[in-house]
Amino acid sequence: MQVPAPFEYERATSVDHALALLERHGPEARLIAGGHSLLPMMKLRLARPEMLIDINDLSDLDYIKLDRGEIAIGAMARHAAILDSPLLAEHYRIFREAEKVIADPIVRNRGTIGGSFCQADPSEDLSAVGSALRAKMVIRSSSGTRTVAAREFHDGPYQTMVGPSEILVEIRVPIRPGSGSAYEKVERRAGDWAIAAAGTFVQLSGDNVADCGIGITAVGADHFACAAAEDFLIGKPATVENFAAAAQICHDAVAPQSDQRGPADYKRHLARELTSRALNRSAARARGEDV
Amino acid sequence: MQVTMTVNGEEFTREVEPRMLLVHFLRDDLGLTGTHWGCDTSNCGVCTVQIDGQPVKSCTILAAMAAGHEIRTIEGLEQNGTLDPVQQGFMQEHGLQCGFCTPGVMMTARWLLDKNPDPDTETIRECISGNICRCTGYENIVRAIRWAAEHPATEGASA
Repeated sequence: MQVPAPFEYERATSVDHALALLERHGPEARLIAGGHSLLPMMKLRLARPEMLIDINDLSDLDYIKLDRGEIAIGAMARHAAILDSPLLAEHYRIFREAEKVIADPIVRNRGTIGGSFCQADPSEDLSAVGSALRAKMVIRSSSGTRTVAAREFHDGPYQTMVGPSEILVEIRVPIRPGSGSAYEKVERRAGDWAIAAAGTFVQLSGDNVADCGIGITAVGADHFACAAAEDFLIGKPATVENFAAAAQICHDAVAPQSDQRGPADYKRHLARELTSRALNRSAARARGEDV
Repeated sequence: MQVTMTVNGEEFTREVEPRMLLVHFLRDDLGLTGTHWGCDTSNCGVCTVQIDGQPVKSCTILAAMAAGHEIRTIEGLEQNGTLDPVQQGFMQEHGLQCGFCTPGVMMTARWLLDKNPDPDTETIRECISGNICRCTGYENIVRAIRWAAEHPATEGASA
């Protein structure tokens, strides 16, 4: 029987209340949202917080909305809500495609986008999506809010820029007219973590790539991204050949490790293949094709 | 700490440790052993119960987190001596062999039919993908849920 070590529990009634509790209890306090990453780690005693602050009642952080030309997603938005969001489906298909392969429908009822980012698992899917879309992470403390780029949010595996007395409250994604996006993942079985996965957006200006973003997960990509491949593509024609060349840059840039999910060379192969597929589908969607 | 929650329509108050998981609260404190306890890692789905109408894996939620909410377990599926159509479907289509996964699958199936009364088999398979059956019985489980969709409870039957 797996049981966490003893801890104290308190329910936060507002973001300010949660911040006050974090300040009062110090670095040994942890926020709990869906709990589907934290509780398993606590059962294995890989995490031993002395205090759990339950933020499930903070429904004011549970939203997906348009806000000043950007999509704003509250940190407590559940995976199930992101999967079903018409707003995200309209602007960024990448979210729906990533969510469909995150865990299973029951787990998606509980897990949150904020929890996924803050868990910072090196195989996390939404971290790749955030990096691909160059999302902005809004972090709140008692002294105000600050914004960190998704590509600067992670500070290594399971480490983020969110301080001990701070809360990630919102994820913001700019709307990019004339763009398309897609997510490609290979997993061992339904609902598992990725062996490798890639998410991209492509924004077209005529036949050329005006802007693009490439997010990759589970293969040791720096900040879940591949900036060199993006730099290569921007300004070039959106062709299968150029996407293949960009995917090759990703293949060479990632640093996967051999483990029970597969050997490193296979993961490298996947990084190239999945990036290529995602780029081609993103571009097709940017052209208005139904793929 | 003291927790109060409604389980199958009845309110319960108990003293628990904050680290107590909902599955153990239901099984050990309330004696509702119909909810099974399996992998302990939110993979297998045998511990699935409904919280406020949504299926969740009760091995990965604290009893403290469930306090104040409405819990429904397999024991609450039957209404006044009449089996839920999902339960009848499992009988009609032989939807179980060993029965260990069955309570969890049924709670997920009930949720699916509440939001989508006529799901196709593809939708059913996707919906129960978080409930693992190791008797390789998915064919009959899908048929059982389809049976329930085709035989919804009539007004009088559940009254």
